[in-house]
Amino acid sequence: MLGAMLGEAWHAMGCNRMRTALTMLGMVIGVGSVVLMMAIGQGAQYAVAQTISTMGSNLYILISGSTNTSGVRTGSGFGPTLNVADAEAIAELDDISNVAPVHQGTQQLVYGAKNWSATVVGTTPAYLDARAWTLTSGYVFGESDVRSATRVALIGRTAAENLFEPNEDPLGKTIRIRQTPFVIIGTLGAKGQNLDGRDQDDTIIIPLTTAQRKVFGVPFAGSVRTVVLQASSAEAMPAVEKSVTALLRQRHRLREDMDNDFYIRNLAAAADSAAETTRVMSLLLGAIASVSLLVGGIGIMNIMLVSVTERTREIGIRMAIGARQKDILTQFLLEAIMISIAGCLIGLVLGISSALLINAITNMVIVISGGSVLVAFTVAAGVGVFFGFYPARKAAALDPIEALRYQ
Amino acid sequence: MPEAVIRVAGLGKSYVTAAGLFPALKGVDLTIRRGEFVAIMGPSGSGKSTFMNLLGCLDTPTMGDYYLVERNVAHMGSDELAILRNRTIGFVFQGFNLLPRMSLEDNVALPLVYSGIEREVRRAKGRQMLARVGLDGYAKSLPARISGGQQQRVAIARALINSPRLILADEPTGNLDSHTGEEIMALFGQLNDEGITIVLVTHEADIAAHAKRQVRFFDGHIVSDIINDSATLARKPASC
Repeated sequence: MLGAMLGEAWHAMGCNRMRTALTMLGMVIGVGSVVLMMAIGQGAQYAVAQTISTMGSNLYILISGSTNTSGVRTGSGFGPTLNVADAEAIAELDDISNVAPVHQGTQQLVYGAKNWSATVVGTTPAYLDARAWTLTSGYVFGESDVRSATRVALIGRTAAENLFEPNEDPLGKTIRIRQTPFVIIGTLGAKGQNLDGRDQDDTIIIPLTTAQRKVFGVPFAGSVRTVVLQASSAEAMPAVEKSVTALLRQRHRLREDMDNDFYIRNLAAAADSAAETTRVMSLLLGAIASVSLLVGGIGIMNIMLVSVTERTREIGIRMAIGARQKDILTQFLLEAIMISIAGCLIGLVLGISSALLINAITNMVIVISGGSVLVAFTVAAGVGVFFGFYPARKAAALDPIEALRYQ
Repeated sequence: MPEAVIRVAGLGKSYVTAAGLFPALKGVDLTIRRGEFVAIMGPSGSGKSTFMNLLGCLDTPTMGDYYLVERNVAHMGSDELAILRNRTIGFVFQGFNLLPRMSLEDNVALPLVYSGIEREVRRAKGRQMLARVGLDGYAKSLPARISGGQQQRVAIARALINSPRLILADEPTGNLDSHTGEEIMALFGQLNDEGITIVLVTHEADIAAHAKRQVRFFDGHIVSDIINDSATLARKPASC
């Protein structure tokens, strides 16, 4: 019976191709825009997630406190309140996977006739683990290099591109930072921009001790401005923050009534807010696209209503030769569903292909997930049923005599 | 005596109008037996169309009982009535009422859609019925491509497809010229000879002359019910 009804619906669609096509158009545009908008939104989320992951996950940054000299207060990071021993003590705590004291600044790099200003990061090997930073060639300096302050360096891609010829391998070359020669023992993998838009690859990483003694110089031996620390998991972060704070207060012999002489900042918070922004944006895009889907559904309802009026006589004839109310209902409902599913499929194809086209032309990140396609499809089919039901019920409720008389 | 196909007792129908309740049919008693060929006549407003709609299960009476093949349909629901219209009654309309965008075989086979018959079986049966009314070879044509008389033959084929006990025809020759009308009436006569009960509404006396029995309506009542002995003699052999 359903097969016969499907045939009838198919036949009716074929009878008035222009009307069917116009009805479908609303659905095509609705589904197409939902798919496209979701692809763009998810693409943006993916791009932000990528950027965040280059920063390293579950990171805290400890910054030394400010100083107060004759009433002149410096900003944070200038007081000699954190030292390497603090970092080593923190590493002993639970749920800490990496601790790296960091001393960084901008310095002029010189190689042969070329020179270039880049961020010089003096740290320990744990820094690379915390930032999930890998090498493309060479090897990472070890703890022994940090202890003996060897003059070795890892070079980032942007710095390397500016100091060396394109076909030149930086590995084994000697560059100078403030007259001190450094041998490049590794090249860093590319990380791209961070959330501030700063190029993370414009960097040289050298042992902390070398940086402090040969490059920056420090007023108090062993003191550092910042310590990067990584919790073992996102869940452990609040506990880590508490235990690190307690440990440092104890080590710095701070009384109950005294403020912290250091700052602890959660880098995940910034990442979360960026992720939240894109999530809201993709929700917004989805919402706008859903409106067009709704309009498409209303289009189906309009055309079906017109169709019911136009085919009143046909409905009367069908009833006179034995169609029950539910047969008429089924026929019109099936027509609406077929139109919306067909429109849906065309919309999917158009949405996906325009997403791919945008991706090809603009390099915008596009993510087409099976989930979003499924959602668009189900919603569209649902819209077809929902908006097809009223006209179908109207058709089924017609009085056969009135319908037969209708001209 | 053959069994009654139609038996109505005190059948009445009133319509609600702005001026109050309007009785279109005021308590009619009539029995039509298997194999009869009845013409229902009367001026417009006499209640004959209302009576036809009730006989055709398109409408329900406001009083009285209607037994179609000994089943009282006066209180049936719309689904049951639809099944009766599909299986027990065949309709022929004045305006043919074919679906314009459907091939003739599909038009003829349309009632079978609602009997749950498969497409290929439907089409085969549709072509068989077309052949029976002399239109073999027209299976794939559209209604607009054939003449009015041919369209009415198609409509008759459609009415016959479920082997109904009863054919109801409402002014079947009203849209046809007199010659074609005669041909259609000859076809009805032939079907009646095969044992199908036929009830038709007409206001033309020469059409009614084909029927074996003439029932005349006036003002919601039956005013005459006569046997037409000359009918079988007047009938020409069907020329199709």
